[in-house]
Amino acid sequence: MAFRADHLLGIEHLAPDEITTLLDLADRYANQNRQGSAPRDKLAGMSQINMFFENSTRTQASFELAGKRLGADVMNMAMQASSVKKGETLIDTALTLNAMQPDLLVVRHPQSGAVDLLAQKVNCAVLNAGDGRHEHPTQALLDALTIRRAKGRLHRLSIAICGDIAHSRVARSNIMLLGKMENRIRLIAPPTLMPSGMDELGCEVFDDMQAGLEGVDVVMMLRLQRERMDGGFIPSEREYYHRYGLDAQKLGFARDDAIVMHPGPMNRGVEIDGEIADDINRSVIQEQVEMGVAVRMAAMDLLVQNLRAKRAAHSAQTIV
Amino acid sequence: MTITVFTHAQLIDPETEAPHPGGLRIEDGVITGVGDVSTQGADTVTDCGGAYLAPGIVDIGVKISEPGERHKESFASAGRAAAKGGVTTIITRPDTHPAIDTPEVLEFVERRASQDSLVNVLPMAALTKGRDGREMTEIGFLMDAGAVAFSDCDRVVTDNKVFLRALTYAKSCGALVVGHVQDPVLSAGAAVTSGKFASLRGLPGVSPMAERMALDRDIALLEITGARYHVDQITTARALPALTRAKDNGVDITAGVSIHHLTLNELDVADYRTFFKLKPPLRSEDDRQAVIEAVAAGVIDVISSMHTPQDEESKRLPFEEAASGAVALETLLPAALRLFREGAITLPQLWRALSLNPAKRLGLSCGRLSVGAPADLVLFDAHVPFIMDRTKLSSKSRNTPFDGARMQGRVLDTWVAGRRVTQGLL
Repeated sequence: MAFRADHLLGIEHLAPDEITTLLDLADRYANQNRQGSAPRDKLAGMSQINMFFENSTRTQASFELAGKRLGADVMNMAMQASSVKKGETLIDTALTLNAMQPDLLVVRHPQSGAVDLLAQKVNCAVLNAGDGRHEHPTQALLDALTIRRAKGRLHRLSIAICGDIAHSRVARSNIMLLGKMENRIRLIAPPTLMPSGMDELGCEVFDDMQAGLEGVDVVMMLRLQRERMDGGFIPSEREYYHRYGLDAQKLGFARDDAIVMHPGPMNRGVEIDGEIADDINRSVIQEQVEMGVAVRMAAMDLLVQNLRAKRAAHSAQTIV
Repeated sequence: MTITVFTHAQLIDPETEAPHPGGLRIEDGVITGVGDVSTQGADTVTDCGGAYLAPGIVDIGVKISEPGERHKESFASAGRAAAKGGVTTIITRPDTHPAIDTPEVLEFVERRASQDSLVNVLPMAALTKGRDGREMTEIGFLMDAGAVAFSDCDRVVTDNKVFLRALTYAKSCGALVVGHVQDPVLSAGAAVTSGKFASLRGLPGVSPMAERMALDRDIALLEITGARYHVDQITTARALPALTRAKDNGVDITAGVSIHHLTLNELDVADYRTFFKLKPPLRSEDDRQAVIEAVAAGVIDVISSMHTPQDEESKRLPFEEAASGAVALETLLPAALRLFREGAITLPQLWRALSLNPAKRLGLSCGRLSVGAPADLVLFDAHVPFIMDRTKLSSKSRNTPFDGARMQGRVLDTWVAGRRVTQGLL
């Protein structure tokens, strides 16, 4: 058993063996989910609170379903409508919730680093469901599991991550994870949407789809985050689609068996052609969603095991 | 007449090249003898036991949160912090609530300071009303009331015409203008310096070039106006050639840097530690090294604390939302001694930047160990190690990035005009 973390705040602090442990367990859960045989008592008696300070349908539903499949009591809090609006600080919200003794906190927040801050103030396991432009670890893990199942391995692959990298926490977590597992990472974006210093992280940087996609095994598209753009990153969506949108012609530069991924929700006709997205021979976008539930089940299972061990050690100490 | 004599000290005279053993004779708060002094007629003789005796630090750009936010810092608490840190003259910033932009508010500050502070307090006033960058303040009246310099602090006057007029008018009054160089559009919303670290953390970054761009504009306006100008902080390598060139061309410009930009870099932010959020943000290690060299070479004239008290509430927030700034009156000296121990800078060079140059720039007679100068002094041990504990700070706000850091160098005593001000504090 090689999963030591108390929280899942990001991929940055996970070791390769922890990632493998988590993916192995998630792989089993994925199979059990298909057979309807997931162990419903794994998280029995555990309470899971989903705190989403930013709108989300898919991720929140995925976490909720993952918790329920393993028997946790799941509560969703719509933070945008809560006392946060009344000026309560994040720390106070965290302390209030902590006093209710939850076991698992799933947090999404629009500010980078906010989930780290919150995790310092609570004594339950915290899962980062996306913080600002920083990390989205469960997305990277589900992408990794999808790749591993499709390609049979998660190392020495050539993987292109394309599009709005500047605003993407998905890209950051994926760069971390795929780098730790020793893959070749190519980043393709218009220079205005490419964060600085990415080459220093061991990525190859391209501003041209043809050059970047040449011979890759995996094409990972990102959503153009129009809501985070305050003007002038790209001239227009139609020019973006023309130069960076994934269509059959551009996909032709990748290997013949290259798979196409997208974290969703998709802007069809902006970053990806609808037919490519729906092509069951190339697109694994639906599998990504399926693996999302399995990965979140595995993450919560492992964190709860560590939490129980920690609590047991603590109460043993108290008795002595 | 009160006569105090210091013996057996290592004197750090910033006007010489090396510390030398000797003593000081003080009569009624003024230095009357340096070197081999007699103890004849002395009321007090202080045997320094071989410790370093240097001019007290003259700190340009200290924020005291009076008026407006006295819960963050007051003249009394800042005065105690300064005394403990060997700072004998504080030059205060006008970025208070309300801004110090009228003679009336300035007089309030001076009254509070003289009642409460253990050390000298000299106020700066705002350059424009409300620090809004639209209309210049009553520079003449404010100088009469005691303003030693004019600054809008971290706000840049973006309207070139307003800034040109303010500089022209200030020049006619002989006033010193202190500016902040940071292109306001490029730096808007930035929390860190752009680059690999900013990208990894997903934080909005500002290019280090924003500093050079603003400096270039200011130098152009100084060439037109001939005004006296001091840049509060130069923190990037790319700005240094422009500064050197301007000085060579005879522009009346000097520059400072905060102690934090000399001793920390952007990576110290680590996992979103908001006590390391500063304005301008911490820079790359290459920039830090270049700036240290510039201080040693005298291109950067002044080292200051940029003491900025922030309470826990304004720091315990997600990084982008957290307030900027750090307290440093008490850590300035031990942090500066790191540069000395690394061999980057000599003690007299350090004291030129800490005391002599700021005093000269402001037209003050302190900041040196010469006959006729006020006996503003700090006695310190440069080597005693300690672990910084922020709960022991005298500042009301304890937002220091050095909490838990291993440091060396402790103030043994501080005197202002010959009067010991560290009684019961150390």
